[in-house]
Amino acid sequence: MTLNREPNIAAPDDFYQELIDLHRELTDEQSALVNAKLILLLANHIGDIDVLRAAMAAAREDVMAPRDEPAPTAASGP
Amino acid sequence: MMTYTPPVYPYTKPVELTGSPRHWPVIVAGAGPVGLTAAIDLAMRGIDVLVLDEDNTVSIGSRAICWSKRTLEILDRLGCGERLVRKGVSWNVGRVFFRGEQVYQFDLLPEQGHRRPSFINLQQYYVEQFLVERATELPSAELRWRHKVVGVTPREDRVTIRVATPDGEYTIHADWLIVADGSKSPIRGMLGLESEGQVFHDRFLIADIHMTSSFPAERRFWFDPPFHRNQSALLHRQADDVWRVDFQLGWDADPEEEKKPERVLPRLRAMLGEHARFDIEWASVYTFQCRRMRSFRHGRVLFAGDAAHLVSPFGARGANSGIQDVDNLGWKLELVLTGMAPERLLDSYDAERTVAADENILNSTRSTDFITPKSNVSRTFRDAALMLAKRHTFARRLVNSGRLSVPATLVDSPLNTPDGEPFAGRMMPGAPAVDAPVTGDRGEWLLDYLGDGFTLLLVTAQPPVETLLRELRALASDPISCNSVLVGAADTTAKAGELRVTDPTGMLAERYDTCPGAAYLFRPDQHVCARWRAFDLGAVRAAIVKATAQTPVAERQVA
Repeated sequence: MTLNREPNIAAPDDFYQELIDLHRELTDEQSALVNAKLILLLANHIGDIDVLRAAMAAAREDVMAPRDEPAPTAASGP
Repeated sequence: MMTYTPPVYPYTKPVELTGSPRHWPVIVAGAGPVGLTAAIDLAMRGIDVLVLDEDNTVSIGSRAICWSKRTLEILDRLGCGERLVRKGVSWNVGRVFFRGEQVYQFDLLPEQGHRRPSFINLQQYYVEQFLVERATELPSAELRWRHKVVGVTPREDRVTIRVATPDGEYTIHADWLIVADGSKSPIRGMLGLESEGQVFHDRFLIADIHMTSSFPAERRFWFDPPFHRNQSALLHRQADDVWRVDFQLGWDADPEEEKKPERVLPRLRAMLGEHARFDIEWASVYTFQCRRMRSFRHGRVLFAGDAAHLVSPFGARGANSGIQDVDNLGWKLELVLTGMAPERLLDSYDAERTVAADENILNSTRSTDFITPKSNVSRTFRDAALMLAKRHTFARRLVNSGRLSVPATLVDSPLNTPDGEPFAGRMMPGAPAVDAPVTGDRGEWLLDYLGDGFTLLLVTAQPPVETLLRELRALASDPISCNSVLVGAADTTAKAGELRVTDPTGMLAERYDTCPGAAYLFRPDQHVCARWRAFDLGAVRAAIVKATAQTPVAERQVA
């Protein structure tokens, strides 16, 4: 199986509002805990390690500044 | 009053200081559980072995306490498993607590039909004492106390060892030196060798307390308990109503301060309740490391146990893996010393046991990362898994309070003969034999029949025909002898030479996925090295050649 990146949630606005509401009145620390529990529950539901790896990689994309590319070596010259 | 009085073993002035030194096939440095097990294994093979230890008693404090099923099975083979089991406390159940409540419990051995429990708890000093007493029964083993190795010179054909005693120093030679002198391994240092890896920035207080209590024999692990906030704690029952307590202290704790009774007592009272009555027998503060030597074989010097590899204590993978090291080494040294196998067979000791060490280090490091999260997000996920574990079974598999020691399956060992036919189950080449109940002359457990040299287990539906028996006798009289154990119906007529067992519960057939005619070849350390759906004399011989690192005859002719 591959990670589905196409729209898959029937009512995205409803889902998004519920996700934000999930964190209402929680401290940042509590929110972090709820998010972690949510990730673990969903990850178990998905189960497929390839899908999980693809999702983890996609989640990290664009978050960190890209690492410096290694300088071209002499051997790769003209 | 202490529950245990350590023995004092006598120092004897060595013959080398009065007369001529003798040459030893094997010298073992270190009379801890690993060194003593090595000596017993070799002495039972009739190989003269000398053990040198700088001390004259057993371990101080309980230290290693959890002895795994595989360790007990190895010690059964060496004639002292029963004594450990009788003295020790058997347990299979573990409970995990998070903050104030239990989140789940587990049973390490949910299936029946095994002689030994998944673990016993027994103070290391008892294990060492029993091993010393077992070694002393064996004429081929000699133990020398207060004999400290101060120099090691490896040579092409022998190892020269300098030993210091209260009466002065002497020099002694051995064909092979087994270094089992512990985590700091002075000999490793003398040879300029290193053990590389990771130091964990955490400290733990361990204490042995004597207490009469109705707590059952279970492993109890607390994450962030009310009596020890933001840290972890572990409780184990040992022999003689001695309990072992581990408290995580954090990296900033002062080890000398934390050992003091005025610091230890309040922690224990908070854990055990104000009404608990107990005495502290021993307390120590430790840090830990996960590291190993790049190679466990350096010519004629072979490293084993903590000297070769170190893990965190979570998972009981230290002493247990050390005992598996020497279980792996003994039969190989015997074959090399008797000229039956080339020296390169000992390279497989390195190949097999470094892989096992990596497996232990990986498991141990993961446990440590769960118990001592190294970042806020790591702690958040840890707490999330623990909170979910109470209601959701899936999360229990994520909780890691120690992945308890199971022996490595040596899947990629160069000594294995790969399967030619499909088999189900876990008993693939490289796997340590799993036990099963049987009936027969030698005992009621399958493992009683394996480990006396190479052993072929052959499943027979019919009484075996004479041609088969003749071939099995040929195997038994080969230079590297292979015994046969026939698994069949109870009414097959017994014949001299082959051992017969029956499989009354069908567990053997199930665990080994056998069919009539199936054959399993076990190494002397009870690991599977080959298996077939049908017996073939040539195939068995070829598998023994492979398992003993001998060049096959065909290749030798080409060369």
